[in-house]
Amino acid sequence: MNAPARITVPADWATDQEVRWCPGCGDYAILKAVQRTMPEIGTPPEKTVFVSGIGCSSRFPYYMETYGFHTIHGRAPAVATGVKLANPELDVWIITGDGDGLSIGGNHMFHLLRRNLDVQVLLFNNEIYGLTKGQYSPTSRVGTRSPSTPFGSVDRPASPCSFALGAGARFIARTVDTAQKAMPDILKRAHAHKGTSFVEIFQNCIVYNDAVFDAFTDKKAAPDHQLHCVHGQPLLFAGGTKGLAFDAATMTVSVVDLVEGETAVVMVHDETNRIMAQLLIDMPFGPFPMALGVIWCSPAPTFDAAVVEQNSVVAAGKPADLDALLRKGQSWEIASKDFHAV
Amino acid sequence: MATAPQADIDAPISDRAKTHAETMVIRFAGDSGDGMQLTGGQFTLSTALAGEDFATFPDFPAEIRAPQGTTFGVSAFQINFGANGIETAGDEPDVLVAMNPAALKVNVGDLRPGGLVIIDSGEFSARNLAKAGYASNPLEDGSLAKWQVMAFDISRQTLEAVKPFGLGNKEALRCKNMWTLGLALWMFDRSRAPLIDWLKGKFSKNPLLAEANAAALNAGHAYGETAELDGPLKQFAVDATEAAPGFYRTVTGGESLALGLVAGAKLANLPMFFGSYPITPASPILHALARLKEFGVTTFQAEDEIAAICSAIGASYAGQLGVTSSSGPGIALKGEAMGLAIITELPLVIVNSQRGGPSTGLPTKTEQSDLYQAVYGRNGDAPLVVLATRSPSDCFEVAIEACRIAVQFMTPVMVLTDGYIANAAEPWRVPDMAAFAPFPVRFHTDVPTSGHINPYARDPETLSRIWIKPGTPGLTHRIGGIEKGVKTGNINYEAANHQEMTDIRRTKVANVARAIPFQTVDQGPERGRLAVVGWGSTYGPIRKAVQRARAKGADVAHIHIRHIWPLPTNLGDLLRGYDKVIVPEMNTGQLKTVLRDQYLVDAQPLSKVSGQPFKIAEIEAAIETALG
Repeated sequence: MNAPARITVPADWATDQEVRWCPGCGDYAILKAVQRTMPEIGTPPEKTVFVSGIGCSSRFPYYMETYGFHTIHGRAPAVATGVKLANPELDVWIITGDGDGLSIGGNHMFHLLRRNLDVQVLLFNNEIYGLTKGQYSPTSRVGTRSPSTPFGSVDRPASPCSFALGAGARFIARTVDTAQKAMPDILKRAHAHKGTSFVEIFQNCIVYNDAVFDAFTDKKAAPDHQLHCVHGQPLLFAGGTKGLAFDAATMTVSVVDLVEGETAVVMVHDETNRIMAQLLIDMPFGPFPMALGVIWCSPAPTFDAAVVEQNSVVAAGKPADLDALLRKGQSWEIASKDFHAV
Repeated sequence: MATAPQADIDAPISDRAKTHAETMVIRFAGDSGDGMQLTGGQFTLSTALAGEDFATFPDFPAEIRAPQGTTFGVSAFQINFGANGIETAGDEPDVLVAMNPAALKVNVGDLRPGGLVIIDSGEFSARNLAKAGYASNPLEDGSLAKWQVMAFDISRQTLEAVKPFGLGNKEALRCKNMWTLGLALWMFDRSRAPLIDWLKGKFSKNPLLAEANAAALNAGHAYGETAELDGPLKQFAVDATEAAPGFYRTVTGGESLALGLVAGAKLANLPMFFGSYPITPASPILHALARLKEFGVTTFQAEDEIAAICSAIGASYAGQLGVTSSSGPGIALKGEAMGLAIITELPLVIVNSQRGGPSTGLPTKTEQSDLYQAVYGRNGDAPLVVLATRSPSDCFEVAIEACRIAVQFMTPVMVLTDGYIANAAEPWRVPDMAAFAPFPVRFHTDVPTSGHINPYARDPETLSRIWIKPGTPGLTHRIGGIEKGVKTGNINYEAANHQEMTDIRRTKVANVARAIPFQTVDQGPERGRLAVVGWGSTYGPIRKAVQRARAKGADVAHIHIRHIWPLPTNLGDLLRGYDKVIVPEMNTGQLKTVLRDQYLVDAQPLSKVSGQPFKIAEIEAAIETALG
């Protein structure tokens, strides 16, 4: 651990396996950003483990020249929990999607977040089931037409970040697959955070749900509809011409037009403020911009550290004498074959 | 004091009662709040200290506190004790202690004709009789005539005994079970001192309760002494065992299994990770292991059964010995993940404490109906190793064997135990750990001189794949649930490769048969007219039944199988040496099916799925029928 970190380059993090996502899939951009960021994080590949579930996103580990475990549908958080508790020195990344992480694996995601295991979760949200050929997902908007909802879906979608906040996550960030400049910083922040770092990545499925995020990811739309949250900075967008203001009387936020650059009414982002995080996550897109960046970061004790500490505190000073353990409890000795109890 | 009408049948109890019995069966039964399990447990301790062999059968309702006085709230504890060779908790009690009408109603039918029933008449109010569904008072209507009845007001006796301590009525009545235990100690001439020590420890924070309970215990004992003069209550001298010299302790299956897992991990030189979700009757294993952190055990109470096994698989991937434990319904949930452990070829121990099924079934009752699930119950061709424990103490060795096979063959191993074994206690001659050969794991660390490591590189003999710990430089690799290339470990969908990998997985598990002992015959000839073949907790009743039949001259053998899958290599030839094979099982014939399939032998089932263990007599009768 104390040896100087080996210098790596992005190519060191790529396997020799042919990447099999559809041409134009947003996953390529995410893979590229991750491979670019890993050398900067500095953990050697052999101390890095990518754990995934099932779905398009979950093929990710096969393309990372690290340790990797492509598990079963929805269960990556559970497998990762075992990996991290067995060896807390490993850097563990969970790759999942909206179906894997919030539908079949929603229960595990909830418990991972509440326990605050020190891992990074990258949830690729494309609002669709890709690998099973295009059915609607738990994040699909009402009215989504798909092979299983030919007349439009009728159930209301889940908000991944709102779910994470409610589950007790202590780090929530949001980014876009194509955001090659912003994503590395978010990945680095996620890695640096001790505890479960939950990163939702809006990812375009070019085959089954193309352009679903265009309203804020399209180059022309982005400036007016993306709000980049930076701790300590006013919450501005649209080239600094608009901002978010908080009305204490109604406990609501509103979009305000800035007059001559006057930002006094604009909220300053405080990533340690849970109520602000809730407002940023829950404000409806359309009337409001899409909040991106590190929305919430408030470290708390991690599960793995607590387990390790209790294991060592409880075990301290107790010899691991198995023969003595076997002889505990209600016992007696028979000295010879002639023995008869009286 | 109410005394019972003398039984007008031959009174076999008096033969025994004069002074001496080889073995005795006593059952304590009461309301689930009456502390019968505690009474039974402490009577077991005193039995052990008296140097007697024993086997116990705790039988309690699924409800924690069922409505008081109802038949479905009855909790019972049976112990069979005495001279050597106790193998079961006994077919029928010689003595029944019934603390209320419901306990009497549920249990008295099992009592041997002429047996003694001790009754707390203080509980036989009209209201309690109605709750138990008695139309008339059995103490008065003659319906207990075929038993010897001692009915007296235990409640009032207890209240008087603890009066000096000024307890409230409810608290005072809680001492009833100690009064009853005191009487039982007198009946079998046991020392009270260890029990009084135990009470002092248990109530160390409330010495008044310790004294009150001790007073109740002493009063029950004194009652026996005075009552002996004028009733059927007698003192029994029960033979002690002539056990082999050594250090003994009482052990339940749950405890023994937990200890075996700790021992197995130590012999493998690995820390253990135990992922589990609470379920009856498997939870005692989690409880036991949660206390053993100094042995390198991490326990993780997962959010569900799937997370429990998946976390254990993750821990095995990271280089620890992953273990998970559950009962039938939970094992069903773990099925897909077992397939993951099979295809990724990671070591994993899965403990199944079987209970009555299907679905929720009978949570607190025993059954052995998960054999199909263990051997066949997964998607795809998904072989794993299956072992079965036959008694509480046997769990220790079986758990070690499971750990050994898991790490030596890089395979999941399922251990089948059951609710009876999990809760039952028996004396265990504690082995010396030095007697077990270690099987330390060697992780793969050699970096290939060129190209990438193939994580599916194998030992040519065992076909076991290499085990690489994440963190090892130069050996980064990916595994997963998608089929992998035999030679590369990369994703591979080719037809011939899947055929080869499937064959490898099958052969690898089949090869385990070469690394296990030959099947032996427990008793009887190696060829002959009849073999009784069993597995799991039917060991005791089969052993006794075959002993009895052989004593009468029957040509019958007992074969008991520990290695369920793969089966021992000589088993087929062995079975073909008998004219007939019968298979007693607490299911509708699952091992029978496997034996027929594997060996084309005409194995005949003997089924029992009542939630209760086999009685010796039931198997004896089947032997007689089979031999015509």
